[in-house]
Amino acid sequence: MLALSGVNTHINLYHILQGVDLVVPRGELTMLLGRNGAGKTTTLRTIMGLWRASAGRIDLGGADIAGMATPSVAQLGVAYVPENMSIFAGLTVRENLLLAARERSFDESRLARIFKLFPAMQKFWNSLAGNLSGGQKQMLAISRAIVEPRRLLLIDEPTKGLAPAIIANMIEAFRELKLETTILLVEQNFNVARELGDSVAVMDSGRVVHSGRMADLARDEALQTRLLGLSLDSHQ
Amino acid sequence: MLGTVLSGDYPRSRLLTAILIAILAGLALAPFVFPGTRSLNVAAKILIFIVLVASYDLLLGYTGIVSFAHTMFFGIGGYGIGIAAAKLGPTWGSLALGGGIALVLAVALAFCIGLLSLRVKTIFFAMITLAVASFFLILASQLSWLTGGEDGLNYKLPGLLLPGTRLVEAPVLGVEITGRLVSYYIVFLAALALFLLLLRVVNSPFGKVLLSIRENEFRAEALGYRTVVYRTIANCLAAATAAAAGILYALWLRYTGPDTTLSFNIMIDILLMVVIGGMGTMYGAVLGATIFVLAQNYLQDLMKLASGAAQGIPLLPNLLHPDRWLLWLGVLFIVCVYYFPLGIVGRLRQKTSRPN
Repeated sequence: MLALSGVNTHINLYHILQGVDLVVPRGELTMLLGRNGAGKTTTLRTIMGLWRASAGRIDLGGADIAGMATPSVAQLGVAYVPENMSIFAGLTVRENLLLAARERSFDESRLARIFKLFPAMQKFWNSLAGNLSGGQKQMLAISRAIVEPRRLLLIDEPTKGLAPAIIANMIEAFRELKLETTILLVEQNFNVARELGDSVAVMDSGRVVHSGRMADLARDEALQTRLLGLSLDSHQ
Repeated sequence: MLGTVLSGDYPRSRLLTAILIAILAGLALAPFVFPGTRSLNVAAKILIFIVLVASYDLLLGYTGIVSFAHTMFFGIGGYGIGIAAAKLGPTWGSLALGGGIALVLAVALAFCIGLLSLRVKTIFFAMITLAVASFFLILASQLSWLTGGEDGLNYKLPGLLLPGTRLVEAPVLGVEITGRLVSYYIVFLAALALFLLLLRVVNSPFGKVLLSIRENEFRAEALGYRTVVYRTIANCLAAATAAAAGILYALWLRYTGPDTTLSFNIMIDILLMVVIGGMGTMYGAVLGATIFVLAQNYLQDLMKLASGAAQGIPLLPNLLHPDRWLLWLGVLFIVCVYYFPLGIVGRLRQKTSRPN
């Protein structure tokens, strides 16, 4: 579905992504793990065209999308849920979702599914998104990404700062979502990653340093320590 | 029915609804309730500035674009009518031609300025609009053979719109039905239609995209919206509406000059009216324009009365002297901005909104 090869990204004077090679298999939920500053968010933003890749190829279903403008990438069916509950606070829940529906109308069956996954969306349908709680804002951000069928979902730290009960709700939602679409999910919470991931890529210093099956990484504590623990130690 | 007319955007506050109804009734019945040349001039100016300020709110309040070229579009509308009427004669055909050319020119210029936002944003875009507006002001002053220079243009209008034209012999409700009354109701109906059109625009899906761009341009792009296209369309719409307001002002005044249309003082007035009324609310334009124009015209009279009443009290008569009206106008604005940071409409809506 998505393959990055030798992707480099510069942000001003900083060389953030230094040759990222990453494969996101179709129909799977791929976890992108790594310490803070490893380049996970920059990878998502580069795929989305929000940062321009200075070198490398980003292949989406056979087409090179590196260098494409963000709206063009979105129109190819890629939805991006940035971290920090990226909703439009001045619009209602309904208007937030309508913005993401390109036909300017809702598919009732998808809407029913969103309400089943996140009942709060129905309850606060005509409320201003800015008045929702943190968890509800995150639910809205994810609902906006799935209000239409998408080829690929890029989701950045969806459980950050959320209460455990809401995290459990999110995990259930992602379990359902991965049945219908391909997902690349950045996550700091290893327990969430273990619960959800089919495949995994671990980043460090702007490169992917490990990729494989999530189940293998979850079983291998030594590998976890080496990839996630060692990397932390090396930067202390 | 009302929901359709207001595009589903109700005032959402009882007090605000009452104020808006009072303003609408006052403006609709102004020739009968407030007879006299001065009060009719004030009412017409309020109507025209409601449209002008609402069109600026589409840019600033709904799209987050800071432009200083709005009076330029207002002036293009005014000069379109002025030049056509002065050079081609006071016929309906010349007014239609002048108004049409002005609208096309305003949209074309706004399109070019809007495309500049591809490369420059926020303050740099504002600076470019300031430069273009300054250039236009100088152009209007220098091309005196066409624009009348600093003196502006005086012109006649078709007979139906002239104050001397009496349409009905006997007065109706004590008011003579003249061309002036016809002009007023043309301004009233056109202003009402333009305001409702803008209300429709901001409540359409297009308007919601503009709001999303104002909140976060990157997020809007990530949803697949080409923000430059939307910003350019908003710029063109606002320019066309401002030019239409300029056309109405020129029809009302039968005069077009740099001071009445292109001046930067008017730009500052528009900014103040938007801020006082409440950005991104549309109804804020109604309140802002009404309060501001009334204060501009009647604050001095009010102070004269207050100064007379305060005779004998030390210092107060001097402070309230009519010559100090600008000082009190300034105080009024500071108080408004301090106590109503969301504007009057924002504040009134905030008071009535309930937590979920």
